[in-house]
Amino acid sequence: MTVQALAGMLKTVFLEVQEYFRLSWSAVRKIFSRPFYYREFAIQMDKLGVGSLFIIILTGTFTGMVMALQFLAQLKPFAATSYVGGMVAVTMIKELGPVLSSLMVAGRVGSAITAELGTMVVTEQVDAMQVEGTDIVKRLVTPRLKAILVSLPLLTVVTDAVSLLGGYAMAAGYGIKPLMYINSLTQFMFFIDYAEGLVKPLIFGFIIAMMGCYTGLNTRGGAAGVGEAAKRTVVLSSVLILIMDFFIAKVFVTIR
Amino acid sequence: MAQERGIRISNLCYSVDNRQILAEVSIFVEKGVNRTILGASGAGKTTILKLMLGLLQPCSGEILIDGVSLAGLSEAELIRVRRKLAIVFQGGALFDSMTVGENVGYRLFQDGELSESEIERIVLEKLGFIGLEDTIDYYPSQLSGGMKKRVAIARALASEPDYILFDEPTTGLDPVGVYNICHLMHQLQKEGKTTLMVTHDLATAFAVSEEFSFIHKARLIFDGTRDEMLISRLPAIREFLEPTDSSLFVAPKTPIGKDFHEAKR
Repeated sequence: MTVQALAGMLKTVFLEVQEYFRLSWSAVRKIFSRPFYYREFAIQMDKLGVGSLFIIILTGTFTGMVMALQFLAQLKPFAATSYVGGMVAVTMIKELGPVLSSLMVAGRVGSAITAELGTMVVTEQVDAMQVEGTDIVKRLVTPRLKAILVSLPLLTVVTDAVSLLGGYAMAAGYGIKPLMYINSLTQFMFFIDYAEGLVKPLIFGFIIAMMGCYTGLNTRGGAAGVGEAAKRTVVLSSVLILIMDFFIAKVFVTIR
Repeated sequence: MAQERGIRISNLCYSVDNRQILAEVSIFVEKGVNRTILGASGAGKTTILKLMLGLLQPCSGEILIDGVSLAGLSEAELIRVRRKLAIVFQGGALFDSMTVGENVGYRLFQDGELSESEIERIVLEKLGFIGLEDTIDYYPSQLSGGMKKRVAIARALASEPDYILFDEPTTGLDPVGVYNICHLMHQLQKEGKTTLMVTHDLATAFAVSEEFSFIHKARLIFDGTRDEMLISRLPAIREFLEPTDSSLFVAPKTPIGKDFHEAKR
């Protein structure tokens, strides 16, 4: 690869990053300005939030059950199975709950946002909206961003709750009483842990919504372009979520 | 000095990835004079419309709508200038998630200046104009290609623009559909709207326009009336008006079918 080609590639990457942040800043600013497009917001809440509930419940339940099963097997030789609730809680609420629910939403919702906006771009619906005097960011991006920022933390709470229930279903098999299971939660979990579990989905939600919208609005090349853009959204969102998870965890460990 | 009435584009250049789409194109669409921009597919005709609407930014040159330059306008100012224009996109570009009625009344709902009953009256009036009142509750997916284009015309009319831009309005339509669109364009012209159409369909162009521009290889090579165009000796125009055997693509030496079967093997 020549130096010129490398320079061209770097320039494209920096330009894309700049445009991504420009769109993000514009969308954030417009969260608080009129018109609020309540109907669009409600539709997106239903599609992105309520629509993801089933997959989130399945993910949370089975992950909680698996975690409990593994912890019980490890704790049994030390007669410490009563700590299983706390251990499931730490793992799920701080780490797996936010990450797994975000990855699920990135796959289901991020790609859907890109496909929807990408199709609107290639069929000139976005151009038509602009001609009709619509602010595209306010009409198409901000309602989706708001819907994910509200729904993803809620979905994460659901994931955490059902994973703890799933964990208890396994723990009950080892003779652990409900009160013992709940008591172990308070032994392991502190306020900052719950805060970490809620800050993460907020940031991950922002990544998913903005990546979905940015890639969708920059779709080129018809149906094939829409498919390619949807794939790009899922890959980039997932990778960014995992990278950001490390940095957020590092911050919380430092301030703990 | 009186303000110029019309759309003027001067020395317009536009390129993508070092590929010149338009080079030094100048056209004046005078208010009240219906014009068609002709040219082969990929000549840059649609790009001109998008530049006029401010959806694309030119590399150089100027666009003036009724004397107001689009250069350097803020988004809010651009929205104000765009109110004078409306466009019927090639595929209609109706909003999938909205009904026909919501599509037609989109701008009116958005402006929020009229009551719902007033908007409904206007929507029905516009749908009546295109003969599709019964489809008010349909979704675009329930309409044929020709119906979608007619609804797109109704949507364009809802905001009472001065200029209506048409992007290949008859492409892909059967003869009845083409006749309907031409008839609607005549009706609009009678109501005092100025139409600017881009197309490669000569029959439609001659049926609805008085003036013609011809784009060839990114450049404007002709600007004049129908009669002037018909007697033009420019090779590109002659070939466009009367395609000959020399216009045919060169057939591959190996039969296409043979290649295809070999590739499959």
